Amino acid sequence: MMACHFLRALFRIQQTSTSSSSSGRSRRIRRAAYASMAYSAGTRRAWSRALLRKLRSRARLRFPRRLSRAATPQRRDMDQAQVLRKLVPGGPSMDDCKLLEETADYIRCLTTQVRLMQTVMDSISS
Amino acid sequence: MSSRRARSRQSTSSSRITDEQINDLVSKLQAVLPEARIRGAERVSAAKVLQETCNYIRSLHREVDDLSERLSELLATTEASSAQAAIIRSLLK
Repeated sequence: MMACHFLRALFRIQQTSTSSSSSGRSRRIRRAAYASMAYSAGTRRAWSRALLRKLRSRARLRFPRRLSRAATPQRRDMDQAQVLRKLVPGGPSMDDCKLLEETADYIRCLTTQVRLMQTVMDSISS
Repeated sequence: MSSRRARSRQSTSSSRITDEQINDLVSKLQAVLPEARIRGAERVSAAKVLQETCNYIRSLHREVDDLSERLSELLATTEASSAQAAIIRSLLK
């Protein structure tokens, strides 16, 4: 279950937090968030498999921030699919069908994780 | 192995994805997006759904970043035992 993994990670980060810098700590929390998402979906999904691979290789977790260049209203479907491929883990190797399926699941997981983090925040700050 | 996955694999091998399959998946995607992003229940173009999807995912990524920073600050300023108690409390919710 997603919550257990994330909360256990937060415990560990809390316990070792005195020595690490604040930016290091927030990076660890962010990493724990994506890890708990990936573990909850396990190997069932292409996006979670790709995310697990990235986490295990200890590569930096980056997602494109900038809006695509020339964001005109008349962008073709194909271009938007390419933009989407860069946002979903494992996207580049998916065909259009797979991409849409995986994206829906990825979004569901992301929103659950965000809600979980908000709940934890509310609990700690109350 | 779900039948849905078998169907999409079949379409991949013939490398011919039908418009119907795409429309079906696009409407499923539309259902996952928050309502505010897609005005009304009218059919929107696939391009619009994809565009809103990209925007939504980017905003979710930003939220994860933002919440991570705020949690980090909270953990730093909150006394250890009360933070841990609060964390356990949210686990039990």
